[in-house]
Amino acid sequence: MSAPDKTIPALSTQSVDKSFGSLVVAKGISLTLPQGERYALIGPNGAGKTTLINLMTGMLNPDNGRIFLGGDDITTLKPDARVKRGLVRTFQINTLFPHLTALESVTLAICERRGDAGVWWKGLPSYHRDAEEAYGILSSLKLSPVAYKPTHELAYGQQRLLEIALALATKPKVLLLDEPAAGVPHEESSELFSVIAELSKDIAILFIEHDMNVVFRFASRIIVMVGGAILVDGTPDEIAADPRVREVYLGKGHRAHG
Amino acid sequence: MSLTTDPVSGPYQYLKAQSRWRVLEVAFWLCTLLPYFLFPNYLVLASQIAITALFALSLDLILGYAGIVSLGHAAFFGLGAYAAGILSKHGWGEPITGLIVGGVIAALVGYASSFIISRFRHLTLIMITLGLGLLLHEAANSAHFLTGGADGLQGVKIWKIFGLYGFDLWGYTAYTYSLIVLFLGFLLARRITNSPFGLALRGIRENAVRMPAIGAPSHAHIRKIYTISAAMAGVAGALLAQTTETVALEVLSFQRSADTLVMLVLGGAGMLYGGIVGSAIFMIARDQFSGINPQYWYFWIGLLLIVVVMVLPNGVLGGLKKLFTTWRGPS
Ligand SMILES: Nc1ncnc2c1ncn2[C@@H]1O[C@H](COP(=O)(O)OP(=O)(O)OP(=O)(O)O)[C@@H](O)[C@H]1O
Ligand SMILES: [Mg+2]
Repeated sequence: MSAPDKTIPALSTQSVDKSFGSLVVAKGISLTLPQGERYALIGPNGAGKTTLINLMTGMLNPDNGRIFLGGDDITTLKPDARVKRGLVRTFQINTLFPHLTALESVTLAICERRGDAGVWWKGLPSYHRDAEEAYGILSSLKLSPVAYKPTHELAYGQQRLLEIALALATKPKVLLLDEPAAGVPHEESSELFSVIAELSKDIAILFIEHDMNVVFRFASRIIVMVGGAILVDGTPDEIAADPRVREVYLGKGHRAHG
Repeated sequence: MSLTTDPVSGPYQYLKAQSRWRVLEVAFWLCTLLPYFLFPNYLVLASQIAITALFALSLDLILGYAGIVSLGHAAFFGLGAYAAGILSKHGWGEPITGLIVGGVIAALVGYASSFIISRFRHLTLIMITLGLGLLLHEAANSAHFLTGGADGLQGVKIWKIFGLYGFDLWGYTAYTYSLIVLFLGFLLARRITNSPFGLALRGIRENAVRMPAIGAPSHAHIRKIYTISAAMAGVAGALLAQTTETVALEVLSFQRSADTLVMLVLGGAGMLYGGIVGSAIFMIARDQFSGINPQYWYFWIGLLLIVVVMVLPNGVLGGLKKLFTTWRGPS
């Protein structure tokens, strides 16, 4: 691949609409995520944030609008084909492989990336390089002590990290993190976000998060969604000062940014 | 500590340990030779068990590993049986090529239907497989000129294996032949389940939603294993046709699909040996009980099934494994 043109956004959407029956969950969503940036997507419960990730990754099909990855129109691509091109997500609710060990899970993702997962005539030990790479990813997330444990035996916080490990194993260009710290105690959540902040700058990240302290610390830009539409987007300072945001979001008894 | 968490020094050693042959496995296969010495009068039954075990193993590949529940898997067993039977009736009774033809025909139909199978899950999938099974059963019933319909396919004549070993009345050749084919099928299944592809299948079983999100083409994986499984079922069917030198309409029946599912669940799905153990329990019990009281046979199987799924969710083998693990050391 040639050197990526920095002016092409890593990911963008153009007037994406989606309704479930009469419930409109996405109204003319147009957003742009430049390469290497860390954007936050915030908004009250039910605003349509997860739905937007589902639309971008192809788990839902939009009623209208287009989705572009690095300049290519991917609107009609299947979810796995989008992952192959580098658009990868994690899940708000753990979506893991309960009876596979952590190592097996991540090895699987690597085998899929390398195109080894269709091979049925060779034993897994022949693919120990995939497993060693998986072990490296687990180590970088401090998960190596539980690498050989079945996923369902992992502590909740470790399972949240495994969510990220699985995504990293696919070598993403764009990473969509749906409340990566959901359910994690406050102290651990900022630790988890430090891990995310340290990820390679070659990866553009859009993360959903409710904790405003975390959002203001890690995001270079913030997109506010309300009722299926983008209310406003701007730098953390602009968002903190915006009266509309205060009203619909920060005003609802949330800890405002100091 | 469980059996699988022996101290491991790294990912490579871990993978090696996972796919290593265990002592119990070797012992198990040695036990399959016991009928020659202990029950020489039951070799015919033993060969039927081996054939059913191969069929159950083929079902385990899709059910136990990829999580595809089928109530119509006899479709492929029957296709293989009729293919081998009809081939021999029309003058080609060579057994090995007959097995291959049976497997290939079943694989072709399996591949064609896999495009539908891979799109559905849960109840829809069960109904589709059931429908496919019923469809083939009726087709074979009406194609009297080809299959003999409800009268069964007569005039099957199988040549000596390698021109040397003819099928005898005591089932000596039949058992040896079936056991060897079962073992080869088992080696294939074992290799598949220990491969990267086998890991992907377990991924589908464990979480079909996550698979596309790690870039996995689940549909292609399902099509592949369904075709392999159909081929194996077809070989099992061909074995039955060859060793019994007849093909009854029953090979395609719903009863056969359901019985095999019961055997697999009894033995324990997703463990390769579950189907084999389940077939042995089921068929030996049927042989013994139906002699005493034929009409009540399914009463006992029903009871056994309910008790096993309630007490031992991973089947008899799963229960034994758990027992063994706790006995090995407190965890
Ligand atoms: N498959 C679906 N069918 C019907 N309605 C749905 C579906 N998925 C989501 N919704 C509805 O769409 C709306 C937006 O849901 P979504 O999960 O996108 O919100 P969210 O912003 O992620 O909220 P949260 O912060 O609670 O995670 C909600 O009202 C939800 O009930
Ligand atoms: Mg959400």
